[in-house]
Amino acid sequence: MPPSSRPCFDEMVDEQGRVRPAYQAYREWFDRQDGKWLHRQGQEAEQFFRRTGITFNVYGEDAGQERLIPFDMIPRIVTGEEWRRLSAGIEQRVRALNAFLHDLYHKREIVRAGRLPERLLRDNAAYLPEMAGFTPPGGIYTHIVGVDLVRTGPDEFMVLEDNARTPSGVSYMLENRETMIAMFPELFARVRVQPVSDYPRSLARSLAACAPPACVDRERPVVAVLTPGIYNSAYFEHAFLADQMGAELVEGSDLRVVDGRIAMRTTRGWRAIDVLYRRVDDDFLDPLTFNPESVLGVAGIMDIYRAGGITIANAPGTGIADDKAIYSFMPEIVEFYTGEKPLLANVPTWRCSEPDSLAYVLDNLAELVVKEVHGSGGYGMLIGPTASRVERARFARKLKAQPENYIAQPTLALSTVPIFARAGLTPRHVDLRPFVLVSPEGIKITPGGLTRVALKKGSLVVNSSQGGGTKDSWVLAE
Amino acid sequence: MLGRSASGVLWMFRYLERAENTARLLDAGFRMALTRTSTTASDEWGSVLATLGQQALFSQRHKEISGPLVFNFILRDRENDGSVLWMIEHARTNARMVRTAITREVWEATNEAWMVLREALSRPVRDSTLGEVLALVRRQTMLVRGAMETTMLRNEIFNFARIGTYLEAADNTARILDVKYHVLLPSVAWVGSVLDHAQWEMLLRSVAGERAFRWLNSGLLNRRGIAEFLILDGRFPRSIAYAYAKIASNMTGLAHQYGEEAPAHVLLREAIARLHGVDIAGIFDFGLHEFLTEFILRTRNLAAEIARDYRFVA
Repeated sequence: MPPSSRPCFDEMVDEQGRVRPAYQAYREWFDRQDGKWLHRQGQEAEQFFRRTGITFNVYGEDAGQERLIPFDMIPRIVTGEEWRRLSAGIEQRVRALNAFLHDLYHKREIVRAGRLPERLLRDNAAYLPEMAGFTPPGGIYTHIVGVDLVRTGPDEFMVLEDNARTPSGVSYMLENRETMIAMFPELFARVRVQPVSDYPRSLARSLAACAPPACVDRERPVVAVLTPGIYNSAYFEHAFLADQMGAELVEGSDLRVVDGRIAMRTTRGWRAIDVLYRRVDDDFLDPLTFNPESVLGVAGIMDIYRAGGITIANAPGTGIADDKAIYSFMPEIVEFYTGEKPLLANVPTWRCSEPDSLAYVLDNLAELVVKEVHGSGGYGMLIGPTASRVERARFARKLKAQPENYIAQPTLALSTVPIFARAGLTPRHVDLRPFVLVSPEGIKITPGGLTRVALKKGSLVVNSSQGGGTKDSWVLAE
Repeated sequence: MLGRSASGVLWMFRYLERAENTARLLDAGFRMALTRTSTTASDEWGSVLATLGQQALFSQRHKEISGPLVFNFILRDRENDGSVLWMIEHARTNARMVRTAITREVWEATNEAWMVLREALSRPVRDSTLGEVLALVRRQTMLVRGAMETTMLRNEIFNFARIGTYLEAADNTARILDVKYHVLLPSVAWVGSVLDHAQWEMLLRSVAGERAFRWLNSGLLNRRGIAEFLILDGRFPRSIAYAYAKIASNMTGLAHQYGEEAPAHVLLREAIARLHGVDIAGIFDFGLHEFLTEFILRTRNLAAEIARDYRFVA
């Protein structure tokens, strides 16, 4: 049964075709607009994105090829009340993630308590022995988290993934809002939407709050964003965030160890960096410790880090917490560290490493989504219901060969929000990635986040690398 | 600021300046060719290639010389790393690299210049569209400069951008004048001929100095006057003297902000002393070609010293 023919929750209208409360003010406005004018605005928005250079590079295409992520002008809206419940759940989960990371790299009480099998850590490439026994400055592991949520009903939000390494997409959250305000200023006068524009300032503040012991000027720590360079797919975002924070945008070739600090080569000589917001994976961070081929990182940074000479955000080794094998234990993890029932549900998950689960998954491949434990970006996964018989057979062979590499989840009836198509409003599946900032001063969640939308009819894949688009995401003011 | 960013900003503006100068030179060549018979027209196009130093590469690519072959080669040939398209792409790549050092307005103007010119140069340019394309190059580069002027802080970043612009201007003017004087005239016998006059006029056009020169010299075209104008006249924004004065004020800006001078300041002072210590008669006695060669070298050394002093590379 193709997923689109199943009943799914539409966020704008209910089963009787009535507009839901969250969208009422917006629809009143929308219904009075001229369709032709809206189309023209849409085209202008695209021009705006091109001019601004909000593009991403697609790997595997011509070098330097830049593409736009399609933007849809119909906002995705949740009420203030819905958001309050949602953000309480997110906060709880992120608190648990940090406690979990601290425990993993110290006493491992959760393993001793028998709540998490030790083998998940032993054979896990995302676990970094270099982090064992070390506490990052401020005690924070995940300064920035992007929690991917899907919705299947009025109150049914589920966490699909915790992005605890270097989550991207926040620049789209900010630019989508800017674009909407520029396109429809009068709309924002009518509908009161909670602002997202504080994000860069909050990010700068929470990074500064985690200055390392060696920092000289604690009032104004030196913050830098580390990018792999202009050919990286998210380069625009790296530059955008550095610019908005007033931080330097550095590459590995700008950095070296000088007098026990990581310093950047400025026109006046070497200048020590206090906090490095790195957008480079663990593997490439330090050629002396990790991948010796890497030219993206800084030789010796791990030693400086452990000696208190610099703060790295997010901390190395946080990937263990968003590993898909660990993911299935998140309900236990939340309960273990917060002593509370999880407010946000996980998507039911079968661990193919367990023989019973594997048997179930193989029997029901046509109904399931199977993902690689370490994959991301929608690559290397099987969507059972839309895959051909041949594709499923081929995937089953891979599964049997390396069952521990896979997890499986039911094909969810993801909620829909309309997009603005030639024929008018037409529903498409969406997810939501709110952005969470963690600092010793507390957890801050920007109201809204990035809504990704599958532009193809019936498609459940929202990844930009696979033809997904984005929407502005509104949380209504109360 | 990062040494790499200083380098990026400087080169971004060098490429923009070079793209604009190349467009002007093409425009001058085009006007000259229009008023000639077909054989002398191809000579004009040959002299444009010579001025840009692109003769050798062009003759590898094409057997004959014609207007459309030459201006398409200079504007948009993928094999030609001196083409306008190549320079605009590199200006934009540098801008992308130093995105945090420039304002949103400067970035968008640069990005738009690239988008507009890439589109305009995606198809072969014809005689009938050349003027429009060249005007577009000038307009787009001016928009970047305008955005720079009105939105950037007057700090080290601005100084490096300006230094890039004027290093390029000094170099371009010296080269154009030198090629004209030393290479283009077939023999001394041609001095003062119709061809000679035409070449001088093209030279003035190519630095946008035709009107200014006439205005200051009551319409008289003579080579000594023109050479003086292009080298020593501090009122003309593409003269070597003006470019060096601008480099000097921006280098002073750097010295103020950094609290100290660098070895490049010494080289700069020597170059300026040389300009101030000579008049046009002295230059011709010394030899115009020798003098220009000296300045091309001084400018190159100064650029290299700036890159060293301000840590452009590790």
